[in-house]
Amino acid sequence: MTDTYLNLVNSGFTKKIAKQLGLPRPVPLRRHQPGRPLVDGPVLVLGTGQDADTVAHVLAGTASSAATDARAADATLLAPGWDLDVRRHAAQGERYAAVVLVLTELTHPDELAAPVLALGSTLKALAPHARVVTVSRPATPDDGPAVAAARQGVDGILRSVAKELRTGATGNGVVVADGVPVTAPSVLGALRFFLSARSAFVDGQLLAVDSDGGSLPLDWDRPLDGKVAVVTGAARGIGAAIAETLARDGATVVAVDIPAAGEQLAAVANKVRGTALQLDVTAEDAGTRILEHAQARHGRLDIVVHNAGITRDKLLVNMTPDRWDPIIAVNIAAQLRINEQLLTSGDFTAEPRIVALASTSGIAGNRGQTNYAASKGGVVGMVRATAPLLTAFGGTANAVAPGFIETDMTAKIPAVTRQVARRLNSLQQGGQPVDVAETVAFLASPQAGGVVGRTLRVCGQNLVGQ
Amino acid sequence: MAATGSPAPTPRTDASPRRALVLGGNRIPFARAGGKYVRASNQDMLTAALDGLVARYGLQGERVGEVAAGAVLKHSRDFNLTRESVLGSALSNETPAFDLQQACATGLETVVLLANKIRLGQIESGIAGGVDSTSDAPIAVSDRLRRVLLDLSRAKSPQQKLAALARLRPGDLAPSVPRTSEPRTGLSMGEHQALTTAEWGITREAQDEIALLSHQRLAAAWDAGFFDDLVTPYRGLTRDANLRADTSLEKLATLKPTFGLTLDTPATMTAGNSTPLTDGASTVLLGSQEWADAHDLTPLASVVDAETAAVDFVHGVDGLLTAGVFAAPRLLARHGLTLDDMDYVEIHEAFAATVAVTLGAWESDEFCRTRLGLDGPLGKVDRSRVNVHGSSLAAGHPFAATGGRIVATVSKELARRKAANGDDRPVRALISVCAAGGIGVTAILEAA
Repeated sequence: MTDTYLNLVNSGFTKKIAKQLGLPRPVPLRRHQPGRPLVDGPVLVLGTGQDADTVAHVLAGTASSAATDARAADATLLAPGWDLDVRRHAAQGERYAAVVLVLTELTHPDELAAPVLALGSTLKALAPHARVVTVSRPATPDDGPAVAAARQGVDGILRSVAKELRTGATGNGVVVADGVPVTAPSVLGALRFFLSARSAFVDGQLLAVDSDGGSLPLDWDRPLDGKVAVVTGAARGIGAAIAETLARDGATVVAVDIPAAGEQLAAVANKVRGTALQLDVTAEDAGTRILEHAQARHGRLDIVVHNAGITRDKLLVNMTPDRWDPIIAVNIAAQLRINEQLLTSGDFTAEPRIVALASTSGIAGNRGQTNYAASKGGVVGMVRATAPLLTAFGGTANAVAPGFIETDMTAKIPAVTRQVARRLNSLQQGGQPVDVAETVAFLASPQAGGVVGRTLRVCGQNLVGQ
Repeated sequence: MAATGSPAPTPRTDASPRRALVLGGNRIPFARAGGKYVRASNQDMLTAALDGLVARYGLQGERVGEVAAGAVLKHSRDFNLTRESVLGSALSNETPAFDLQQACATGLETVVLLANKIRLGQIESGIAGGVDSTSDAPIAVSDRLRRVLLDLSRAKSPQQKLAALARLRPGDLAPSVPRTSEPRTGLSMGEHQALTTAEWGITREAQDEIALLSHQRLAAAWDAGFFDDLVTPYRGLTRDANLRADTSLEKLATLKPTFGLTLDTPATMTAGNSTPLTDGASTVLLGSQEWADAHDLTPLASVVDAETAAVDFVHGVDGLLTAGVFAAPRLLARHGLTLDDMDYVEIHEAFAATVAVTLGAWESDEFCRTRLGLDGPLGKVDRSRVNVHGSSLAAGHPFAATGGRIVATVSKELARRKAANGDDRPVRALISVCAAGGIGVTAILEAA
């Protein structure tokens, strides 16, 4: 669906008018293209302490020469591709493509001022599509009150900064569990994801890294090489984009959708050079059949993306079982059943990944969507409880919660409502299916192994919910 | 094999060739003429069927040994229909292809031909198929107009051109629409079957029962998801449009007879127990064991052998659509097999009466002795083994696409039965497809 308003405020005469009237001016977002640089310009690493130095060295690709941290040395050896132009002090007039705040060693809110004000001094001159990424520790009941206050303060800072950024810039944070080094694969993986154009529509989010699980890919452009991935609901929209993105990242894709969607499904499968499996995910044996197909045809199964979903909106006062039951059946019960069959098969044990599609409706709620929100909230809970079952095999389960994405589903929203809905986020536009797909691909990757049961929003920092 | 009589079985003396395996299939749902595929050409439909097959088996960019397909109703511009469809598909453009035409047996004959090539080691893999559109049928100009136009193109001077044009008469401008009548008798296929139906005394009730069973079985197969890995939807059609899951003997009994109205006997053939004009396409993936292994594909069945027969329906005593009756005993004899060895018998339902006549002829002591040269009846086939997932009466019959539909469907059923048996007992199917010109093609498939 074309966003006419976005086009108008970015071209010719109407661009001038929008500027003079002070109208919201969303910009077309920079999106990932293999082979393009990670960021277009210098990266400023702010913060003091060992962690900040380590992160700076990793980003610069000089961690081995720093020789302060053996793990960092290993990381760069394993994963070349970090040779950013790293600066450690904010300089007047410099145009940064990214600013990374390493705030892992905070002990008191007093320590926030220096790095955060330094960040502030760079904001005016940030490059278009710049990235601000915080690296911090979670506030837990075990922390001293001052430590917890400082740590939780980062949350507020990041979310506020993200709302101040313009021209396609985003702000996101990596929250690293105590005891997990900043060189853990998932810290570097998440940091890289947030710096990259892959996270174009992810904004204002704090992603927790729970463990040092996972591993860095040999090739950052093809992290899924050799993996076999199943995508449900792959015939159209977000599912089709997920299939294409996983294939681009190196995976062999099994595209699954209901038999009635077979024509579009075949087109997707042929485009990604995978196989089409016409299957209703609500079938009792869906999980077994998915596994059988993947093993028989591709020798293995590594990644399952639960994307298939439906809506039957109705205010609760008018809700009927025929509008409630199918939503639960397709959007959550089918996922639970498939997961159980996979987990008990004994053949889903080589660093498996489950990525499920939640929704901001499941987090913030949405009028007329009690049924949908029940299922999508359910997904958030499901991955939280499923991931620990997989960690023994180096696996994990996580969810992606899309906000307003330009799909056939949102194209059905009345025109004015749709225009308003698009502007209700910090990027002032709807996301594209590929934005969701990029986040799914990240969570499916080897480097996301330390992200355990989390839900990452792809909503442009929508104003609703967390 | 006392019961097989002449011709004597020819023992196979050559070193047994390797097996040709059915690895899978794909078709588009069959549409009624003038229905969802009214604007789809043969090439469109065949390409769609190929692309669905490629998607199901991950054959993108694959150089398949050969693709063989055909259409019965074919535009002259479609002389290279199959190759053009391959070029438009996701297969490698280096995949060779050829067209074949043997009326309604086209689809089965492509399977036989490619299977033979695989058995001989000429190719490792092949895709057999067929397509037909009665909605997008070619319309030709009259022979007189055609001659005038050809003379006109050869004329050099204005006088010659005028002379050519002057031969035109208004009546010459009427187009020539394709017909299903036999050129040598002028009778339509339905009228031919009506003669045979009357000769064998097949009742209206017997025909309607066959039609009803076809619809019920096809509907049950669809409902059970049997076609989930055999069919890919096309142009918004997700099931065979001709299927009437809710039909009944009562409903079928209300239909007016359409064939055999001028015969002395009661007319029994209706639109309900005859196949409708249909649009559709089907494909079958074939390969050697080595090719199947290399592509991680599980063989469903092997193509054991085939036999084609023809009857002299012009001057002789046999009905136009009875050649399969003759081909099957020869084929069975060659392998020392009987009808009882066939777990499944697939008889293309050109008309319900075609099935009834075929089974009746094999049961008839007199017919088998006098016409087939056997010592007694070929055998009786229980209806529970015949067309177990329905056939053309319910699915429809896009002429050249029917063979592929039957081969893929029965191959899956063979594999399923074999797995259910859980032992080494052979599971076999006999296929018989009748065709215009008094032709009948039969084949034996065995679970892989």
